[in-house]
Amino acid sequence: MAPTRREFLIIAGISAIGAACPPLSRIIAKETPSRGTHLPGAPGSAPALTAKRWAMVVDASKCSSDCKDCMTACHEAHNVPAIANPNHEVKWIWPERFENVFRAESHAHIQETVRKQIIPVLCNHCDNPPCVRVCPTGATFRRADGIVMMDSHRCIGCKICLAACPFGARSINFVNPRPFIRKLKADFPTRTKGVIEKCNFCEERLARGILPACVLACEEKALVFGDVEDPNSKVRQILDKKFSIRRRAELGTKPQVYYIL
Amino acid sequence: MLEKALTGSRRYGILVGILLALFGMGVYFYLRQLEYGLGLTGMSRDVSWGLYISQFTFLVGIAASAVMVVLPYYLHDYKAFGRITILGEFLAIAAVIMCVTFIFVNLGQPSRVLYVMFYPSLTSVLFWDMVVVSVYLVLNVITGWTVLSSVKEGVPPPAWVKPFIYLSIPWAISIHTVTAFIYAGMPGRSFWLTAIMAPRFLAAAFASGPALLILLCFVLRRFGGFDAGKKAIDALATIVTYAFLTTIFFVVVELWTVFYSQVPDDMEHYRFLFVGLDGYNTIAHGMTVAVIAAAAALVLLINPRTRKKDSLLAAACVLVFLSLWIEKGLGLMVTGFTPSPLGHLTRYTPTGPEAAIAIGIWAMGFLIITVLYKIFLSVREAAELD
Repeated sequence: MAPTRREFLIIAGISAIGAACPPLSRIIAKETPSRGTHLPGAPGSAPALTAKRWAMVVDASKCSSDCKDCMTACHEAHNVPAIANPNHEVKWIWPERFENVFRAESHAHIQETVRKQIIPVLCNHCDNPPCVRVCPTGATFRRADGIVMMDSHRCIGCKICLAACPFGARSINFVNPRPFIRKLKADFPTRTKGVIEKCNFCEERLARGILPACVLACEEKALVFGDVEDPNSKVRQILDKKFSIRRRAELGTKPQVYYIL
Repeated sequence: MLEKALTGSRRYGILVGILLALFGMGVYFYLRQLEYGLGLTGMSRDVSWGLYISQFTFLVGIAASAVMVVLPYYLHDYKAFGRITILGEFLAIAAVIMCVTFIFVNLGQPSRVLYVMFYPSLTSVLFWDMVVVSVYLVLNVITGWTVLSSVKEGVPPPAWVKPFIYLSIPWAISIHTVTAFIYAGMPGRSFWLTAIMAPRFLAAAFASGPALLILLCFVLRRFGGFDAGKKAIDALATIVTYAFLTTIFFVVVELWTVFYSQVPDDMEHYRFLFVGLDGYNTIAHGMTVAVIAAAAALVLLINPRTRKKDSLLAAACVLVFLSLWIEKGLGLMVTGFTPSPLGHLTRYTPTGPEAAIAIGIWAMGFLIITVLYKIFLSVREAAELD
């Protein structure tokens, strides 16, 4: 039976009130969490570390050629699979030579120590990240504090971000990564095949008030992490004193990992 | 009209059967890729796009080239193309469907493909490419099908379809421009970072697409009893000739800029493309074939006497298609990734399953062409009998 005019007006009126109300979830939560805000740390943990602009200084001159502490710590903390096939490798932080990291700056007469220097490379968490620009689904995005994040659940695995990143910082899971995880860490998610991943500046640790795993693992204190917008931060103190360079800065992506050699 | 695809000669049945079998093979290997992951292909961390995306790029060109018959006929009233505009549009339909499928099989998480629409990112060229390519498919289905229906009824096409036809002309340009923008907008890939990418893509498209259309017309004349007409073929051959010359000119312009400026990063990629780096010269071998094919095609096309001879024109079209398929296919793709941003040389060789999936998609495309052209022929025959 079709509604009468009176019934129709009642239904329409109630619908209009419902449409005008904020969603129930928002009323209950009392606030709208949005990208770029920090979730409070878990109960009982230290307050979250926050910054206007997170950045890292890598003093590679302190790195010895056989040390992989930062890499091991990172890959263990994030359940990064250890895949032997270099074509399918997943890497968040890994060692490279000067001539590969700073190709334009490399020349035949560069000092021996620099030529042989092992340099840890990772995602630069660019201020103007091309990977974020090209991503068709918003699976990779930049937080207000500068961390370039990956949402593995949103990622469709189109790999355009791998093409867009000028630093080769991104990996795709060509195969199911889970069998290749050496020691499963229960407090960090694993990934599935077909999605992209990369360094996340340990945002999950910052939320619990802990510095990134690579920074804490380095005995030489070669990696320093902090707020580059804060003049009193450790990163700023180092940048103020020493000469630093960034990878491929001429491309305008504004990398936020600074190197001292 | 679809029912006309269900009946046909024995030869038609055999062709459809072969194409279906090849398509089935592709499906089988795709299911394996779905199970195992993209690790089944030859793609790697350094060369993260390969055969699939290169075929997508090449086929967007084939799709866009329909404009080369639609534009002269509808905007300049070039009557000779009247008989073949529908063929061009149907070729575009098949090519676009192949494009979409190649994008799809390249995804690591294909079940999430609709996220591109659920969470659209307006800064992403890939998102816009999806938009323009799907709209182009709809435009060609509407125009091709409506015009063929009018042929069937023996009446002129309805007036309402005209705006769609006119819209399809700039739209064809847009699909290949946006596809070029996928590559030309990446700061770290100097090989692709060139403003001439879109014009180069379009020129190559207007050579390879009409070349394929000429070959298809020859096939229809031989086996389908349909003659496109000498004038139409001549005009298409002229288009192929000029577009191919323009493509080569654009490549020469690129080479001049790169090798006269002598910027090392730019030169490195072109060296890899034409001669190889550190013994990695598979792509360079392919490019040698492409260059020889292009030179031979030019000789045949520029000389009017050879161009006007059907057998030699067919040979020239095969050569044009081959050389552009190599250059715009794997050449463009692999070279953009080699050497990597860190200067590493990572070899890319498509694996057997990867090739089988690609062949399956091509077979699907040719199946669509076969079925659509069969409908076209049957409708025409019936209309002529009336």
